[in-house]
Amino acid sequence: MNLTLKIWRQKDAKSQGKIIDYPISGVEGDMSFLEMLDVLNEELIIKGEEPVVFDHDCREGICGACSLQINGEPHGPDRLVTTCQLHMRKFNDGDTIFIEPFRAKAFPVVKDLMVDRSAFDRIQHAGGYISVNTSGNTIDANAIPVNKGDADDAFAAATCIGCGACVAACKNASAMLFTSAKVSQYALLPQGQVEATDRVLAMVNQMDEEGFGNCTNTGACEIECPKGISLENIARMNREYLKASVKG
Amino acid sequence: MGGLIKSSIARKVAMALSGLFLVFFLLQHLTINITSVFSPDIFNELSHFMGTNPIVQFALQPVLIFGVIFHFIMGFVLELKNRNARAVKYAKYSGGANSSWMSRNMILSGIVILAFLGLHFYDFWVPEIVHKYVEFTPEDPTRYYHEMLEKFVSPVRTGIYILSFVFLALHLWHGFASSFQSVGFNNKFAIGATKFAKAFAIVVPIGFVIVAIVSHLTHNH
Amino acid sequence: MSILDSKIPEGPLADKWTKHKNTINLVNPANKRNIDIIVVGTGLAGGSAAATLAELGYNVKTFCYQDSPRRAHSIAAQGGINAAKNYQGDGDSNYRLFYDTVKGGDYRSREANVYRLAEVSANIIDQCVAQGVPFAREYGGLLDNRSFGGVLVSRTFYAKGQTGQQLLLGAYSAMNRQINRGKIQAFNRHEMLDLVKVDGKARGIIARDLVTGEIERHSAHAVVLATGGYGNVFFLSTNAMGSNVMAAWRAHRRGAFFANPCYTQIHPTCIPVSGEHQSKLTLMSESLRNDGRIWVPKRIEDAEAIRAGKLKPTQLSEEERDYYLERRYPAFGNLVPRDVASRAAKERCDAGFGVNKTGEAVYLDFAAAIQRYGKEKALTSGIHNPSKEQLLELGEKVIEDKYGNLFQMYEKIVDQNPYKTPMMIYPAVHYTMGGLWVDYNLQTTVPGCYAAGEANFSDHGANRLGASALMQGLADGYFVLPYTIGDYLSHDIRTGEIPIDTPEFDQAEKEVKERIEKLMSGGGEHSVDYYHKKLGKIMWNKCGMSRNAKELQEAIDEISALRADFWKNVKVPGAADSMNPELEKAGRVADFLELGELFAKDALDRNESCGGHFREESVEQDGEQKGEALRDDKNFKYVSAWEYKGEPKDAVLHKEDLVFENIELKTRSYK
Repeated sequence: MNLTLKIWRQKDAKSQGKIIDYPISGVEGDMSFLEMLDVLNEELIIKGEEPVVFDHDCREGICGACSLQINGEPHGPDRLVTTCQLHMRKFNDGDTIFIEPFRAKAFPVVKDLMVDRSAFDRIQHAGGYISVNTSGNTIDANAIPVNKGDADDAFAAATCIGCGACVAACKNASAMLFTSAKVSQYALLPQGQVEATDRVLAMVNQMDEEGFGNCTNTGACEIECPKGISLENIARMNREYLKASVKG
Repeated sequence: MGGLIKSSIARKVAMALSGLFLVFFLLQHLTINITSVFSPDIFNELSHFMGTNPIVQFALQPVLIFGVIFHFIMGFVLELKNRNARAVKYAKYSGGANSSWMSRNMILSGIVILAFLGLHFYDFWVPEIVHKYVEFTPEDPTRYYHEMLEKFVSPVRTGIYILSFVFLALHLWHGFASSFQSVGFNNKFAIGATKFAKAFAIVVPIGFVIVAIVSHLTHNH
Repeated sequence: MSILDSKIPEGPLADKWTKHKNTINLVNPANKRNIDIIVVGTGLAGGSAAATLAELGYNVKTFCYQDSPRRAHSIAAQGGINAAKNYQGDGDSNYRLFYDTVKGGDYRSREANVYRLAEVSANIIDQCVAQGVPFAREYGGLLDNRSFGGVLVSRTFYAKGQTGQQLLLGAYSAMNRQINRGKIQAFNRHEMLDLVKVDGKARGIIARDLVTGEIERHSAHAVVLATGGYGNVFFLSTNAMGSNVMAAWRAHRRGAFFANPCYTQIHPTCIPVSGEHQSKLTLMSESLRNDGRIWVPKRIEDAEAIRAGKLKPTQLSEEERDYYLERRYPAFGNLVPRDVASRAAKERCDAGFGVNKTGEAVYLDFAAAIQRYGKEKALTSGIHNPSKEQLLELGEKVIEDKYGNLFQMYEKIVDQNPYKTPMMIYPAVHYTMGGLWVDYNLQTTVPGCYAAGEANFSDHGANRLGASALMQGLADGYFVLPYTIGDYLSHDIRTGEIPIDTPEFDQAEKEVKERIEKLMSGGGEHSVDYYHKKLGKIMWNKCGMSRNAKELQEAIDEISALRADFWKNVKVPGAADSMNPELEKAGRVADFLELGELFAKDALDRNESCGGHFREESVEQDGEQKGEALRDDKNFKYVSAWEYKGEPKDAVLHKEDLVFENIELKTRSYK
C-alpha cells in the first residue's frame, strides 16, 4: 500500500520542530509499524538525508522503549499493543498517518520522535522499592503467605512497562496511572507495608515536581495502556495517599 | 487557594469533595423547586423557611458560596496547570478514541454553568438579598411562587436556563461518578454507585428543566 | 599447562563456595567508600550487581545504552527462573539442579561454577520475594512452581509469561534505592566504546553520551561487564534491536579471552520470518510444546500446495501429516530439548516440507489438545454427550487460560487465529552460551575486569536449559560477584581515586575518536543495516543450526571480505557530535563483523557435535542413535578461550580442560 506519513522532525531539544510529509510506497500488511519506519529510513539514508529517530529496542512489546503518537493515539489505533507490535494491516492504502512524539512538558523531545522519559525513573527513585539488602539471609520466600487475589492484582499492576502512553494519552499529561501502578504493586503485598506511608508521599511528591498534569479521571490512560493497567490503581493510590497524609 | 492544597492528589480529592457537596445541594434545590409544579403552597412554605431560617442563611449559605467559589477556582487552577503540562500540542489528537467528550470538556461545561450562575444570582439571589437585607421589605410568605413565575415569562430566559441545565447534565455525567474514583472508592460497589451517579446526572437536570418549562407555561396560560 | 587459571577452590564440590567465601579477603566498610566500580549493562546481572555493590558501600557508576535500566533485554524473558527450593517435595536438591544443568549443557561447563549456581538459586527466590516481586502463587498463598523442558522436577518459579520483566524490575528497584541514596550514579543512554587499562589492570572505560555525542572518560578500580549476549550477530534473533557485543568485544581486544563463541542456542518455537523487511524475531514460550503437536505434511505436493495458498492445513487428515518429532523421538516426542527440536524443524524444511510462503515454518497444532481438554472439562463439569461445538468451546477455553496472552500475541503478529488453524513456528537465535572467559571469581583474563550474566561463558556449557538464564544473571549479580570482587579490591584500598588525565586514557580516547571518524567517513554506498543483514545471512546459513567444515571456512572468508567492504563503503549519515542511531549501529556492526569471524573459526575448530553446536561431520554412524549428534569427549572436553591478536583469523586458542569429578559423562538420548 501507499501512505503519506506526516512526521515530526526536530533536530534536538533546543531546536524548533515541524511536521514534514513523507510519501512511502510498497508497505506490506505484515510489517510492523517500526519496520515500516525502517523502510523509510533506509530510503532516507540512501538519499543522504538523516533518518527519523525514534526509541525502540525489544520489538516484542515488553521493554517499553517504543512510543509514538500515531494518528492522535499513543501506540496507534490498535488496543493492548505497543507500536512495535502494531502491524500495518491496521491501515489502508492511501491513508495519511500523523506520527508525533509523546507530548508532555515532563517528556522533552530529545530528537525527532524520541523523548526523555527520565521523569519516570526519578519517580521510581523517590520510593519505588522495598528497602531490603542482598544478604542471602532474607527470610524464606514462603514464610509469608500472600492472598492469591492480592498477589495477582500486584502482578497486574507490576506489568507496567513504563512506556508513557498514559501520559501521552491524557489530555492533562498526567502520570498517575504509571505512579499508581508501582504504588499499588507494593501496597498489595505484605512486604510493601513497612514503607507504605513514606513511599506514596515521596512518589506523588516527585510526580508533581516533574510537572505532570493532574488526573481528571477521563480514563484515556487505561484505554490506551498497552498492558491494560487498570484505573483501580489510581483509586488505590488516592486511598493510600489520603491514609498516608493523615498518618504522617 | 491552589497554594493551600499543594499536592495533585489532595487537589483532586478537594475537587471531588466540593463537587459532591454541590451535588447534594442540587438535590436539595431541586426537591424544593419541584414542589412548585404540584403545590405552590408547599413551595412557598419551603422557600420561606430557607429564606428566613438563620442557620440556613448565616451558616449553610456562606458554606455553599464558599463551596461554589472553591470548586470554580480550584477547577481553573487545575485547568491552567494541566494545560501547562503539555506545552506543545499535538497536531492530531484523537481524544474521542479513548475518552468521553464530557470528561475532556469539564472546563467548558463548568464555564457555562458559572455564567448561568451569574444570571441565576442576578435573577433570584440579588433581588432576594436586596429585598431582605438592603431594603428590609416586610416579609410576605406567599411571594416566592409568583416571583419565580415572573422570571420565566421570557421564552429567551427560559431557553437559556434549559440550555444551562443541559450543560449541568454534561458536567454531572462525568463529575459525579468520577468523584468516587478521586476519593479512592473503586471496588465492587463502585459499579452500582457509578450507575446511580449517571442516572442522577440525567434526572436532576431534567427535573430543573421541567420546573422551568412548567413555570413558563403556567404564567403564559 | 594452559595459561588459564580457573581458580577453582580446593575441597569437596559442595563446600567449595562456602570455603572460598570464608577465606577470601574483604574490604572494610570505611575503605569501600573510597572505591569506585563501573558496571556496564543494567539487566539482571548488571542491575543486581550494581545494587548489591552499592549496598555494600562501593561507589557505583552504571552504564546502559537504553534510556532507563528498566529496559534491558532481560525484561523479555518469559518462562521462569529455576531454584532448588524443593517446595513441591518432588526430590529436588542443589545436586539435582547442578546435575541437570551440567547434563543439559552437554558436559561442556565447569562443575564448580554450576554447583555454586545451584547452591545460591534458593537465595535468589527469597531475595526477590522480599523485594516485592509478584511471583505466581497458589490459592494457599504460597509460591507456585511449574516444570520446564528436560527435567524431572517442578522447580521453576514464574510470574505468568513475564518472569524476566518482574525480576528485572526487582533489580531495577534495588538500583533505584541506591540511586536515591546517591550510591549509584546512573549513566543512561551511554555506550561503552572501550576499556581502559592502566598497568595491566582494568581502570576505566571510554563511553559515548548517545544524546550529545560527547566522548567521556570514566575511571574506577574495577569494571564489571554485564552486557548480555551477541545473538544479534545473526541480524535476526529474539534479542533486542540494540543488543550488541561491543563492550565484551572491546574488552576482548584489550586482552580478555573470548570463550566458546560458537555456542549459540537456537530456540525452536519462534514466529517465522514473514519477509525481507523483518527486523527481529519473536519468541513463543517453550511451554507451548507441552500441548502443541509439531508436524509438516507427509507429501511434498501437499506442502507445495499449502505454500501456494491452495490448501489449508486443517484439510489434511491425520494420515497425511508427519508428526516428525513423535516419529523420530518416541520417548520425548514434542518435548525434546531445544537444540534437537530446532534441528529437526530445519531438516524437514530443508527437505522441502516447510509450510509458509518462505518455506521456513512448521506447524504447532493445538487441535488435539483442545479436543482432549474439552472432553476432560465436559466430564468434570458434568456435561453428558457434549456436542462437537461444545467440546471445542470448552477445550479452547482451557487453552486460553493457559496460553491466552501468547495466542493473542501470535494473532496480532501473524493475523491468523491459532485456536482455529495451527500456529506456524520456526527456530530462531535466542541465547549465546559463549562469552568472555572468566575464572571462578568471574574475573576475565584482564585483572579487574569482570563479566557477569550472559556476557560470560561460565555456566551453561554448550546448551542452556530453560529458566536458567535468569537464575544465572541474578546469581552472578546478587550473590557471587559482590563477594569475589572484594577479594580483588582489597588490594586497592590505598590506591585512591584513579585519575583520568593519564596517557592511558588519552590513548584510549584517541583511538575511540579515530574509529568514529573512520565510520563517519565511509565511502557511502550502503547503510549499516545492509551489512548487518548480509552478515546475518552468512551466519544463519553457514554457522547456524547445522555446521560443516567447508561452509565454516567459506563463512570465515566471506565475513572477512564483508568487513573490508564495510569499512570502505558504509554510509553513516548525520553527525558524530549529536544523537545518531546510525552511528551507534555502525559501531556495533563493526564489532559483529569481527566476532562473526571468530565465531566461525571456533565452530570450525570444534569438530564435534555438542549442545547447540552441531557438526555434520560428527554424528552417530549406526545403532539406535544413528544420525544424531556425536560428542567427542576425548578430543574436545575443553573450553575454547580465544586470545585477540589483531585480525580474528590470527586469534590464538587456549584450552581450559574440563574436569568432571562428580558427574559421569553420558550420551544424551531422547529416543
